[in-house]
Amino acid sequence: MTTWVIFAFWLTAWAANTWLARRPERWVRLVVPALFGIALLVLWEGVVRGFRIPLVILPAPSVIWATLIVSLPTLWADFVQTVLKSVLPGYAMGCGAAFLTAIATDRSPFLQRGLLPIGNLAAALPIVGIAPIMVMWFGFDWHSKAAVVVIMCFFPMLVNTMQGLGSAERMQRDLMRTYAASYWQTLFKLRLPAAAPFIFNGLKICTTLALIGAIVAEFFGTPIVGMGFRISTEIGRMALDMVWAEIAVAAIAGSAFYGLVALAERWLTFWHPATRG
Amino acid sequence: MKSLLPVTTILTAIVALWYLGAVYLNAPWAYDQADRAGVELTTGQLVADTMRQERPVLPAPHQVAGEIWKTTAQKKITSKRSLVYHGWITLSATLLGFAMGVALGILLAVGIVHNRAMDLSVMPWVIASQTVPILAVAPMIIVVLYNIGISGLIAKATISAYLSFFPVVVGMVKGLRSPDQMQLDLMRTYSASPAQVLWKLRWPASLPYLFTSLKIAIAIALVGAIIGELPTGAQGGFGARMLNGSYYGQVLIIWSALVGAAVCAGLMVGLIGLAQRIVLTRMGMAQNGGSV
Repeated sequence: MTTWVIFAFWLTAWAANTWLARRPERWVRLVVPALFGIALLVLWEGVVRGFRIPLVILPAPSVIWATLIVSLPTLWADFVQTVLKSVLPGYAMGCGAAFLTAIATDRSPFLQRGLLPIGNLAAALPIVGIAPIMVMWFGFDWHSKAAVVVIMCFFPMLVNTMQGLGSAERMQRDLMRTYAASYWQTLFKLRLPAAAPFIFNGLKICTTLALIGAIVAEFFGTPIVGMGFRISTEIGRMALDMVWAEIAVAAIAGSAFYGLVALAERWLTFWHPATRG
Repeated sequence: MKSLLPVTTILTAIVALWYLGAVYLNAPWAYDQADRAGVELTTGQLVADTMRQERPVLPAPHQVAGEIWKTTAQKKITSKRSLVYHGWITLSATLLGFAMGVALGILLAVGIVHNRAMDLSVMPWVIASQTVPILAVAPMIIVVLYNIGISGLIAKATISAYLSFFPVVVGMVKGLRSPDQMQLDLMRTYSASPAQVLWKLRWPASLPYLFTSLKIAIAIALVGAIIGELPTGAQGGFGARMLNGSYYGQVLIIWSALVGAAVCAGLMVGLIGLAQRIVLTRMGMAQNGGSV
């Protein structure tokens, strides 16, 4: 019975979305995905209840929410350990080092021609595999996780920054020359602003990579706190509701991190067509 | 070929740095050993000693190369100690997952391009899901699928598929929308059906985007397969090798698995790049060379 109600709700929501999607107003762009998300959650809840799916396979959203509320202190401790201690310092160091490397090699076309293909290849490598080695080197605490994050962020950021620095047009550079601008003036007034969209692209890619790196590194050894630790131990105890609560926290943290960088991009590259449009 | 010299220079520099690092990082252990034996180490002995430790902090490149040679060429492929055997386990999961992910991604992209309701409701979630550390879910998917009775290859492939369909969806939606209004109008004047527009205009126009997405997708599919092997214990694959090496402190095993995985990733990305160049050249859409 409940199952039918649920599926009816899903169909109604979809019909409403189809109808809404034809309307041109701006608020439609917010309402339609929200409605779709809610319908998805309701469908999930309904399927789990309707088919009596056991907790060990898929907990219902309501159960996950209840667990989330009850275990907020634990989740907060994990969040502090993983995001604030491992991800943020690692992200800052990795992206910063890549940015400085890109600037340092900027004056040598020889180095650039060598670094760009290697960086491109390295960005495609399964760098997470370095996690067990880093855990051996830097111990179980957050240092090893931050180290993994640094290495994971380095290459995508390096490649993007290098491409960005090369993106200013010939004509614009010539103009700077006619002004007798020095190398540094050209860099700060023309090339870095022109590179900003590329740099932010790299920064955005790295937000996701950083979280993944930290969480996966925690699978290889960690103090008894942290998102990766919690996920792997709670799976061992078959407490899937707690795992999902942790995933919800990770999802919110990841989206918030990405959102912050995207906001900074909007604010700093207000002149770019992609932002103005 | 202009970049051959710079690339080899940088690679040489990396190898040299690696050797220096190996000497520096392994020196404390060498000093400690010499101290216990009661002998003084000359610089030459120290360097030689740092390069042949059994459990070095950082193995020298030739040690890793030796380990790889030992576990690939000198072992039977069917042996459980062969890196080729483990590599194939990971690679098969990667390729299966990649195929599933790409098929799903293309289907979803076609749906999104043709149905506005689907575009508005699904697309924001696809993009949002990219910001979620989805790899963290991998162990759970393995365990859950195991409970339903699916294990091994399919379970790992599911994770690869799950990871690799996102870049394909995003790239293909962009690609299928890349024909401009003029071209779409032309198709209309021919009174082409939506299916004809898809096959004769949108699909060919989207191929450059598809190949770019495929490169990202195959790389991330390999990562997914490796992560998927972590919780299943030591049944085989690069991930299992890494986990084993990490449990028993066998650094060389971790490094050789790491290098093996890197070579696989490089080869697969290179193959797709090659296919891209051939296909786009035949279609007359060759751009200034896809970088690997």
